[in-house]
Amino acid sequence: MSRKTARNLPLHLVLVAVGAAMAVPLIYALLSGFKSTDQLSRNPIGLPDPWVTGNYTGILGAGDFWRLVGNSTLIAVATAVLVVAVSALSAFSFARFAFRGREVLFTLFTMGLMFPFAVAALPLFLLLRSMGLLDNPLGVILPQAAFGLPMTIIILRGFFRQIPGELEEAATLDGCGPLGFFWRVLLPMARPALGTVSVLAVVTSWNNFLLPLLVFTDNTWWTLPIGVQQYQGQYSADTARVFAYLVLAMVPALAFYSVAERQLVGGLTAGATKG
Amino acid sequence: MTSTFLPDKRTGTDVDLPPPSEDHARGRARRRARNWLTAVGFQVPALVLFIVLVLLPILFALYAAFFRWGGFGMPSDYVGVDNFTRLLDDPVFLGDLWRCLVLVLLSLALQLPFALAMAVLLNQKTRGRAVYRMLFFAPYVLSEAITGVLFSMIFAPDDGLADRVLGGVGLDGLGGEWFADPSMVMATLFLVMTWKYFGFHMMLYLAGLQSIPAELNEAALIDGAGPWQRFRNVTLPLLAPTLRISVFLSVIGAIQLFDLVWVVTQGGPDHHSETMAVTMFQYGFKRYQVGYASAISVVMFGISLVFALAYQRFVLRRDLEGATTTMRGDGK
Repeated sequence: MSRKTARNLPLHLVLVAVGAAMAVPLIYALLSGFKSTDQLSRNPIGLPDPWVTGNYTGILGAGDFWRLVGNSTLIAVATAVLVVAVSALSAFSFARFAFRGREVLFTLFTMGLMFPFAVAALPLFLLLRSMGLLDNPLGVILPQAAFGLPMTIIILRGFFRQIPGELEEAATLDGCGPLGFFWRVLLPMARPALGTVSVLAVVTSWNNFLLPLLVFTDNTWWTLPIGVQQYQGQYSADTARVFAYLVLAMVPALAFYSVAERQLVGGLTAGATKG
Repeated sequence: MTSTFLPDKRTGTDVDLPPPSEDHARGRARRRARNWLTAVGFQVPALVLFIVLVLLPILFALYAAFFRWGGFGMPSDYVGVDNFTRLLDDPVFLGDLWRCLVLVLLSLALQLPFALAMAVLLNQKTRGRAVYRMLFFAPYVLSEAITGVLFSMIFAPDDGLADRVLGGVGLDGLGGEWFADPSMVMATLFLVMTWKYFGFHMMLYLAGLQSIPAELNEAALIDGAGPWQRFRNVTLPLLAPTLRISVFLSVIGAIQLFDLVWVVTQGGPDHHSETMAVTMFQYGFKRYQVGYASAISVVMFGISLVFALAYQRFVLRRDLEGATTTMRGDGK
């Protein structure tokens, strides 16, 4: 027992060191938010003394921060609903029908995985401008859903394929059409997979920066990542306040992660290995 | 993915036999056509979304790259391949390519091996491994923009945490201007990228490691293989498909790197951290040289495409043939 502990000591030291490197930036930001900027420059590393809550309460008390959270949430949820609904239909057709052109079509979608979004950003912006979708949340939601299709379709198709064919036969005998089978049998059974792809879509949308940066020219629809960048520019002299803002902006993502860790990690590894 | 398939309660009872079918050839053909229409009908929404918002923009960039164009009206000033030849003479763009290569090489040489080492450590039954796993992966869920702002403050010259700590322990010499120093900016960016992304690769490796049957390691142990031999001859070959995917994702990530750089340095100081996507953004959205920016998009697209196809052809294809995949499939 003690020999085992001794042998494991270097291992634990490594883990503690890496863990510290990961955690220190976050903890530093959290503590700095509880200082005044003046205190932060005198006492950058120690605990706050006194603990100043004004930065956090000030940000939470103003409406701006909540508007960003609301925008990010709305856009993320709408993106997830759209991409999952559309992908589920498509994946259903890929998984349960043998039709001419299926492989070509599927290859077309999977090719979408290889293209960095940045490649399409510029022409996409021109397209959205000509469609009048700038400064409109749809200008972010629709392209995000479109770029989320390949991964979502691949994951859902794999899942739908595992559902035994007998069920479909039984449903058909009961008078279910394809749509009825899809809606009443397949979707309820696929709930775990739907959860996984929804979580992926929400996180991707939540963290998107380039697209909202292009589409939202004024601050009505800004999302959190844009807001944080702007806030840093605006309050660059008030470092402690920016730290508080950063911490508050991280909370929703980290909270979501702690709730949906299994779906997120499962989805990412499934997506990566099946893509 | 695990799930249990409960048979639907409604099925299996009250089965009405279908009416006897009259299978004339014409009826079958009509039914097949209807079947095709149903199947394709389900594809329509996805297809419309994908064509309009993914394929068309990429094709349009391909078209616009051959024009001198400010981005308003339709492109009309056709210039042939001028934009592309100009790219080859553009020191900033050539620098972008070089920096992309440097990031890829640094990832392959440092970030991914580090992620693998951590995955191997955390694959053992150590105390607190669930906590470490969660902690190492956590930065992945933060947006690059927020990560960028955080580290621009941590690496702020003199006042930031990094310089304060180094100064505090008497290592002032190691501190510096970080993002503001042309010779340090890429290394600092890479450090931040590793902080944010190694946990993701680690998670992929962990999933791969867990699908390796324990019997194989035990058999190697009985054969007298030491830890290094077991890692080299059992773990690594069986992990190869996962490693190849992770390398692929890492390269694609380096090609399109934008958010982090834009938030932290906007490509500076003096282009020393600029990436292809940043250069594209500068020309397309700041200087209104949309034709030229489109050419950059096209080159990024071309690099991704060639890389993806070549990778698929020469590297990933082996996974479809080799015994390792079969093994992994069984172990899942």
